[in-house]
Amino acid sequence: MSLDFGLNWDVIAQYIPLYQKAAILTVKLGVLGVLFAVLIGLVCALVQYYKIPVLKQITAVYIELSRNTPLLVQLFFIYYGLPKIGLKISASVCGVVGLAFLGGSYMAEAFRSGLEAVEPIQTESAYSLGMNRAQTFRYVILPQAMSVSVPAFVANVIFLLKETSVFSAVSLMDLMFTAKDLIGLYYKTTEALFLLVVFYLIILLPVSILGSIVERRIRRAGFGD
Amino acid sequence: MPDLGIEVLFKGKNMLRLLGGLWTALRISLIAVVISIPLGILLGVLMTKKNRMLHAILRVYLEFIRIMPQMVLLFLVYFGTTRSFGWDLSGEVASIIVFVLWGTAEMSDLVRGALISIPKHQYESCEALGLSRTQTYLYVIIPQTIRRLIPLSINLITRMIKTTTLVLMIGVVEVLKVAQQIIEANRMNSPNAAFGIYLTIFLLYFLACWPISLLARHLEKKWR
Amino acid sequence: MGEPVLHIEHITKKYEDHTVLNDVNLTVHQGEVIVIIGPSGCGKSTLLRCINALEPIQGGEIRLEDKKIEAGSKELAAIRQKIGMVFQSYELFPHLTVLDNILLAPMKVQKRSREEVKKEALTLLDRVGLKDRADSYPRQLSGGQKQRVAIVRALCMHPEILLFDEVTAALDPEMVREVLDVMLDLASQGRTMLIVTHEMSFAKAVADRVIFLDGGKIAEEATPKEFFEHPKTERAKQFLNMFTFEDAKTQNTENE
Repeated sequence: MSLDFGLNWDVIAQYIPLYQKAAILTVKLGVLGVLFAVLIGLVCALVQYYKIPVLKQITAVYIELSRNTPLLVQLFFIYYGLPKIGLKISASVCGVVGLAFLGGSYMAEAFRSGLEAVEPIQTESAYSLGMNRAQTFRYVILPQAMSVSVPAFVANVIFLLKETSVFSAVSLMDLMFTAKDLIGLYYKTTEALFLLVVFYLIILLPVSILGSIVERRIRRAGFGD
Repeated sequence: MPDLGIEVLFKGKNMLRLLGGLWTALRISLIAVVISIPLGILLGVLMTKKNRMLHAILRVYLEFIRIMPQMVLLFLVYFGTTRSFGWDLSGEVASIIVFVLWGTAEMSDLVRGALISIPKHQYESCEALGLSRTQTYLYVIIPQTIRRLIPLSINLITRMIKTTTLVLMIGVVEVLKVAQQIIEANRMNSPNAAFGIYLTIFLLYFLACWPISLLARHLEKKWR
Repeated sequence: MGEPVLHIEHITKKYEDHTVLNDVNLTVHQGEVIVIIGPSGCGKSTLLRCINALEPIQGGEIRLEDKKIEAGSKELAAIRQKIGMVFQSYELFPHLTVLDNILLAPMKVQKRSREEVKKEALTLLDRVGLKDRADSYPRQLSGGQKQRVAIVRALCMHPEILLFDEVTAALDPEMVREVLDVMLDLASQGRTMLIVTHEMSFAKAVADRVIFLDGGKIAEEATPKEFFEHPKTERAKQFLNMFTFEDAKTQNTENE
């Protein structure tokens, strides 16, 4: 047994640019995926909250399909399956689409539970002041719902950024891909894994810390009670 | 009509092989869940104790496991242990280790959350009724905690099932790998098989996870 | 008595096949204070909610002056501005300060200037003894304070009529008075008010007219003096009896 935690710093310095490039790709696709997920989630949550007929059923089916299947399978279907019926998209688009498809349902649930946490009588109270539906939503429901949604929203962002780690399966040269390459081709396992962990920490820690700061601030402002 | 992989599925033992692959992934999840739940309960209870040292250690473990993508954890265990300890773990064993580590972390967080969500009044009213500490836990606290925990733990199972697809990336022959093999073998006679086969896998996963999700939701509503 | 303001004509309200309001008629005049009392489940809160079209009605008609009030109508928001409503659970907006709670609707709905409404809001807050709480959030206030803010919020819309739905029912006893005092003050200013309450001595003091609602119907309608001293119906007598207690100990000795 050779306990070899010794890192070769020269090798690490040499690999940093590779990881940087990969990290930028991961972040870029991750951020885009999250943005689209937020959009999809908002639309679905509103459809569910206002119980819009037909659309409500469609979004419900989408949410169930998306939440009960793994991202990797979704990506395989999009990347390898869809071209067979003529829908060919690039690996990066596939990554974003897959992440948005997965994340949309998670965001929808986060927003919906926020909306539902606002008591219906708050709406009535706004109506009794003469506000219309749009004003009530904008000034009364939305601000309250958002603060309730924040913890779930932050958790979803972190979850989705973590999920980007499967992108290498559709041959995107992300952090996992880079690490696997260095391990497989050059046997620089220790350095490759070390950098992998460091780079994911660089991406995820700030989000996680920022999230808990925002959460704490909301809890302290805690206007809910 | 172009063959979209449906025929391939019914050729020979292809469907059985696919299901076999799915079972490999499910087996890893189930083993991991069965080990994680008791370990997670133990850690969760320890987290509510006020031992500073213990707290710090558990916290670092939990935070690290929860912030790292499971893919990274798989790489660390699969490639890292070979390099550092000279262990030659099979993909499957490495996966089980990772998912136990991860599942335990998630479960302990659920347990801790459930325990601290029991209002102080519950303990106080037990005391006022003259119940002993053991009785308090046995008749009041644990039953309430379990009710909160069961739906969440069931959800953890679906998350586990979904996450075990990752084992493909460290060479475990699971359903996606089998699919690749089938598609490759039929490349000539059925070039479009990827569509039908990946769609089938998508639906298989859905069929595996959806009922579990429904059950969790049902219990959550019932016990709220 | 002033001109009639609110007309309630033959209204019926049903939840599936359970009739909550059954052919209720009521005309409210300018400057009149009407107290609606009755056992729980008699439909008194529902009546107020129907007046604000928070509940659709299945029959009859409600008009504010000559405008029909009905759920889903285009003019509803405009009419609702003229009807102020105060809820049992205050329903201040938790994410806004006291002042912003009051300013929101006048600014966004009536498009009035912030300065103008703010001046009015502060005057009214001063009148209910809360001028120094303008920048507080609802959670920092006691129940009684919240309810006084809710009243000011309704007043700032310049409503023609005010609806009070059991506004003291959720309050601690020592806070009931401060809210009732504000309402007495409003009554003395000649406001038109419709009050649902369980505070009988307050009802006696504030009402021009008492409506006794029972089983979704107006069972009795009288001046407070008449109603509380000589209730006509058996149901009203029973109801009023619930608010008087016999001395338990004396009764015991008598029984022995």
